[in-house]
Amino acid sequence: MRRLLLAGVVGSLMVTGCSSSSGHVSSTDGKPTRTVVVFAAASLKSAFTTLAQKFESAHPGVHIVSSFGGSDTLAAQIVQGAPVDVFASANQTTMATVTKAGDARTPTDFAKNQLEIAVPRGNPRHVASLADLAKPGVKLALCATAVPCGSAAAKALQAGHVAAHPVTLEQDVTSVLTKVELGEVDAGIVYQTDVKTAGGKVEGITFPEASQATNTYPIVVVSTGKNPAGGSDFVQFVLSPTGQQVLTSVGFESATAP
Amino acid sequence: MTITQATPQRAAVRRRRQPYLLVVLAAIGVLFLLLPLIGLLVRAPWRSVPHILAANDVTTALRLSLETATIATVLALIFGVPIAWCLARLDIRGRAVLRALCTLPLVLPPVAGGIALLLAYGRNGVIGEWLLRALGLSLPFTTPGVVVAETFVAMPFLIVSVEGALRGLDARYDSAAATLGASRSYTFRHVTLPMLAPGIAAGAVLCWARALGEFGATITFAGSYPGTTQTMPLRVYLALQDDPNAAIVLSLVLLAVSVAVLVGLRDRWLTT
Repeated sequence: MRRLLLAGVVGSLMVTGCSSSSGHVSSTDGKPTRTVVVFAAASLKSAFTTLAQKFESAHPGVHIVSSFGGSDTLAAQIVQGAPVDVFASANQTTMATVTKAGDARTPTDFAKNQLEIAVPRGNPRHVASLADLAKPGVKLALCATAVPCGSAAAKALQAGHVAAHPVTLEQDVTSVLTKVELGEVDAGIVYQTDVKTAGGKVEGITFPEASQATNTYPIVVVSTGKNPAGGSDFVQFVLSPTGQQVLTSVGFESATAP
Repeated sequence: MTITQATPQRAAVRRRRQPYLLVVLAAIGVLFLLLPLIGLLVRAPWRSVPHILAANDVTTALRLSLETATIATVLALIFGVPIAWCLARLDIRGRAVLRALCTLPLVLPPVAGGIALLLAYGRNGVIGEWLLRALGLSLPFTTPGVVVAETFVAMPFLIVSVEGALRGLDARYDSAAATLGASRSYTFRHVTLPMLAPGIAAGAVLCWARALGEFGATITFAGSYPGTTQTMPLRVYLALQDDPNAAIVLSLVLLAVSVAVLVGLRDRWLTT
């Protein structure tokens, strides 16, 4: 019994050893299976989930592993050596932390996103403009200024000369959206793509000052990963007309168009 | 050698008294616990500590953390000790279920706990809607909200350790007091409670420490705003976003203050 157990342990060790050392396992039809690791900003979640599916069906045998989160958190993880092939960030500053650390070369802008005011269904406080956010009794949630959505919101509020008094400064845009969805705040400043992906759970209100705080999203192949060729293929796919169409369908504006 | 031959039994006992395996495992465990702290100390940007402390308003977040954690611990004592007593001494049906429910926050991810708190005490919550209409009370995004989040997450630690201590006590003391004519509440106050004091103190310390470090439920339920809801752990996480060095320094401040408080308490209260 004990010998049997030992054989099992050794056997499984050999199997895992093989698969991890070669980096890719042969699939049934003989073509190599490859994994591309993609780190992307939280606001890209729905767009990149669709993009990954389309990329996988166009490249049989390739598997995309995505991780979404605050751009700053992801950038910090890459600088600490996380094995990543592609990084898509929500603004230029966070991308700069990765390129400055020498983990990536030349990023390409691939999408633009604008801010929008999100209010709970029915808009209980009748928010109609950026200035309404400063009205007494309106509970407002913003992102902290350290995160891209927060710095953009601060820029827009400044452009509109609005002195808002938020009740909370959240760590990422999804947390702001959640608080609006649950009706715990009367308004939050998020991206227009967030309003779109939230479906009917929140209402979006556009405001002219948003044009002065547009976020441009850069994407880059990261050198800490194991599959730079696959990473490069994925970046090309995001920049291709098909990729851009997916992005515009969820509310992004194209950044590649002249 | 001669001794071993003369008294083989004692040698056997001695051999059994040197559990090398346990000591080695314990040493590995201690290293595992201490290395991250050593990492913090080694990599801390000591030279820029004064500069970082001056640039970041540490006192506001620190005071908020200490205040809310202490109030949460007091609340946990007021409600948690009776819960522990009920779980240990009352012969009620479904006690196991009740215990599981009371200690649920131990296994619940704190962020999920925060969402649950919003659904209960938020302004559209099950109780919160009524609280707002009847009393004009709204907990999210307020300092009391931080206390609620911390109490929710930390109280189970107190319940578990006090219940454990209660089970370790001999219930016959209670019976003896009862035969001498003491009422149940008199027995609890004058017999059970004094014997239970070390267990309660240990539970309170555990509870306070957990409340002090609370992050997920607080940020989800109470949000994050300097001065009202932004406690030290939230401040540390925010600092991590743009200045990792500041995050290290702030963590060290929290660490130093909590160690100082615990050591101070140990001298005065926790001598057992």
